[in-house]
Amino acid sequence: MQDFAQHFINGLSLGSIYALIALGYTMVYGILQLINFAHSDVYMMGAFCSYYAARFLNLNDSQGLPSFVVLLMSSIIGCAILGFLIERLAYRPLRNAPKLNVLIAAIGVSLLLQYTGQSVFGDDPKVFPTVLPNVPVLEGSSFTVHSLDLVVLGVTLLTLLVLNLLIFRTRIGMAMRAVSQNMRVASLMGVNPNRIISATFILGSALAGVGSVLVGLKYPKVEPLMGTMIGMKAFIAAVLGGIGNLSGAVLGAVLMGLSEEMVVGYLSSTYRDALAFGILIAVLIFKPAGLLGRSATEKV
Amino acid sequence: MRFGGLKAIDQLSFSIAPGDLIGLIGPNGAGKTTVFNVVTGIYQPTFGEVVFDNHSLNDLEPYQVSRLGLTRTFQNIRLFQDLSVLENILTAAAQHVSYGLADAVLHTRRFETQEKANLDLAMSLLSIFHLEDKKDAPATALPYGEQRKLEIVRALATKPKMICLDEPAAGMNHSETEELMKTIAQIRERFKLTVLLIEHDMKLVMGICERIIVLDHGIKIEEGPPEKIQNSKKVIEAYLGVDGSEHQIRLGS
Amino acid sequence: MSKEVVSKKPFMFFVALLIVGWLADLVLNPFLQFMILLLMINMILGMSLNLVNGFAGQFSLGHAGFMAIGGYVSASLAEIWWSRIGAVGGLLQIPFFIGLALIAGGAAALAGWVVGLPSLRLKGDYLAIVTLGFAEIIRVILLNTEAVGGARGFYDIKGPGDLRLGPLVVSQFLQFFAMTLFWVILCFVTIWRLVRSAHGRGFLSVRDDEIAAQAMGINTTQAKVRAFALSSFFAGVAGSIFAHNVGYLSPSSFGFNRSVDAVIIVVLGGMGSLSGSLLAATLVTLIPELLRPVQDLTGVDVRMIIYSFLLILMMILRPAGLCGSHELPEIWKKFALTRRAWAAKNMAGRQGRPSVPRV
Repeated sequence: MQDFAQHFINGLSLGSIYALIALGYTMVYGILQLINFAHSDVYMMGAFCSYYAARFLNLNDSQGLPSFVVLLMSSIIGCAILGFLIERLAYRPLRNAPKLNVLIAAIGVSLLLQYTGQSVFGDDPKVFPTVLPNVPVLEGSSFTVHSLDLVVLGVTLLTLLVLNLLIFRTRIGMAMRAVSQNMRVASLMGVNPNRIISATFILGSALAGVGSVLVGLKYPKVEPLMGTMIGMKAFIAAVLGGIGNLSGAVLGAVLMGLSEEMVVGYLSSTYRDALAFGILIAVLIFKPAGLLGRSATEKV
Repeated sequence: MRFGGLKAIDQLSFSIAPGDLIGLIGPNGAGKTTVFNVVTGIYQPTFGEVVFDNHSLNDLEPYQVSRLGLTRTFQNIRLFQDLSVLENILTAAAQHVSYGLADAVLHTRRFETQEKANLDLAMSLLSIFHLEDKKDAPATALPYGEQRKLEIVRALATKPKMICLDEPAAGMNHSETEELMKTIAQIRERFKLTVLLIEHDMKLVMGICERIIVLDHGIKIEEGPPEKIQNSKKVIEAYLGVDGSEHQIRLGS
Repeated sequence: MSKEVVSKKPFMFFVALLIVGWLADLVLNPFLQFMILLLMINMILGMSLNLVNGFAGQFSLGHAGFMAIGGYVSASLAEIWWSRIGAVGGLLQIPFFIGLALIAGGAAALAGWVVGLPSLRLKGDYLAIVTLGFAEIIRVILLNTEAVGGARGFYDIKGPGDLRLGPLVVSQFLQFFAMTLFWVILCFVTIWRLVRSAHGRGFLSVRDDEIAAQAMGINTTQAKVRAFALSSFFAGVAGSIFAHNVGYLSPSSFGFNRSVDAVIIVVLGGMGSLSGSLLAATLVTLIPELLRPVQDLTGVDVRMIIYSFLLILMMILRPAGLCGSHELPEIWKKFALTRRAWAAKNMAGRQGRPSVPRV
């Protein structure tokens, strides 16, 4: 158990990144019952937004908080706009279509973004600008906490706090919760569901934008297919926690990050990618609606 | 039967003899449909036992209950929406076949004869209800009243010994209800059926049921022939409230 | 129409298409021949997934996993046979490879049965995720199994050689064509006839209303598991054909995208329409190839961009797929009827009678 503390820190850091992306999945699912497959590619686009922002503003060599904030903002804004457009152009026309159609459309958008990314940005991985230094800040006997781990945790906590305030303390948050409970009734009460759905996409995509910058700093590689695996794991985390449930998504993501690090640390790294699904299947067999989800019983 | 802390049915006990036609009535929320759901295996009773034809139904799946000869219709019509009228009935008749998947693919003689038997069964049932002209229509294209009839036809295609009808006359007009009463009596004669009927139309219930069970808040408050029920003070109170007379005065003024 | 012929006289149809295959053998270049085989493999994938997704209403996103099992089992068995018993050639090779596909299908069906079990408790998206997860796990296991090549892939998979019958040489392509055609028709006839039987009606009723199906005596559990197993069987068969035809397997050929391709075929063609799946399989296989000139024109690989864009557009403009839940013959009949009605109307107009407006 020598390295346990180290694995724990790494897992927490990974899990908090999963959480940021998982929240986007779970919010959209909660409101539209749609697995938004394009979400992982919105995340990818966010990474490219900040990569190009750094290039055009010549921030590659200027380390420091201002550069970090600029990258963060460019990614958030880029993702938010993209998320808004995807919903407006691809999903809204399908509002009353069968669920599977919307799902295929989401896969279509995902493919579209990936292929567009491949032909516009090129297949070759790019190096994400290191705008923040990664130095050891806290050294224990068996573990080291790096500055980036602190940044990841700090930014994630701050984001979650803001999200929490937004959803539970503002009118638009209340409307979001109302629409996710019952869209028709909410619209009878004077809420415009389309606006709320747009807001949900903007918010969820912005979170993915935050996540993409954090990942970019920690694993500085940007490429068009970078969203696939992390997106899938984040989505699984959301299902694990009970999809549609915000705290469930965070819980699932942290569990996922921790168990992934533990498996890599103590068992074998080759089965890393299968692990997520293994956990998921095991949990769903015993709790079909996820850890914090409630299964609906059908009235006969 | 409990839902969480709520007792939906409590200490309900009744027995039905083969060939009976029993009515189950009670105010909204009395637990009538829950009784059906427990009897047909959709809900498992939390305590107590349901016995049909000397078989305990407690641990059986709904399809096993159906195969024992106990079938039902649904209050909120649950036809197979994407299937035609005929296919709806054939689906219910599917439990009678003994051929396997291979027979179905190879179109063996076993397949042909058994499918023919099911088709004949379906057509004869459709003709009782005068629906044979609509056999190829999508089930959801039928008018409401006919969808209710199709629910009954579909249930009959399982060749039941006993059928539970959940508000078969809901949404029907006067003459349709009259006709339905006759049809229920007719199929009961013809197929030697036991019938348990939930209905709000008191005329229908009093008209055809030999015995009526009255349920309120999950408890049986009265049981007996129609005349007894009509004059029971407890039943009137259950429907109108204890201060029923006051309500009537207020409504009248 | 031809589709009805397939279910009534499958053998006749087989022979008729075999002649087409023989012509293709003479006329087409190897690339186009390969496309034809790929097209038929996609047809099997589409039809078999339609059994689960379209007919039984259980949303599966892991079809590639079953295909992978079939492909790897079949390739490994051939390898073992070759090294232990010796090469198979001559007239024996066609029944040999059909038998291999049968075993491969069996292995995949077994896996399908296992995956079908959780589907008893899970619904909709949850089931989709579990099947997706299952396929990913298969992929990772293959990636880490050195005996089948691991990440490098499975090379030099045995396949049938040219067949010499005296002076007559039956080419490799024609043999593949015949075998694949055999499976396409078997798959079509099996599913077509099944959904028109008591067992198949069980699948349909599970899709429409599970509770009502139970109340009508349908063992919904059994129906779902059977649908899963049978669907996986044909996916495994498709994997076997693919393996011996291409001669190379890699875990990455069975990723998420291949499962998605199968779902796209089903939804594009129409859930519950077999002929729709055939049509959609054709489109999905050919569109990227037909767009090749565009790539030559622009110099960038925009084919898949256009493909994904068309996909989104299709979902918006024709949500029920090309055929809805109907089969082509019905659509043809309807079309013929409207055409006749039009003709009758025009005739009536010409003879000076007032035409009745259609409502």
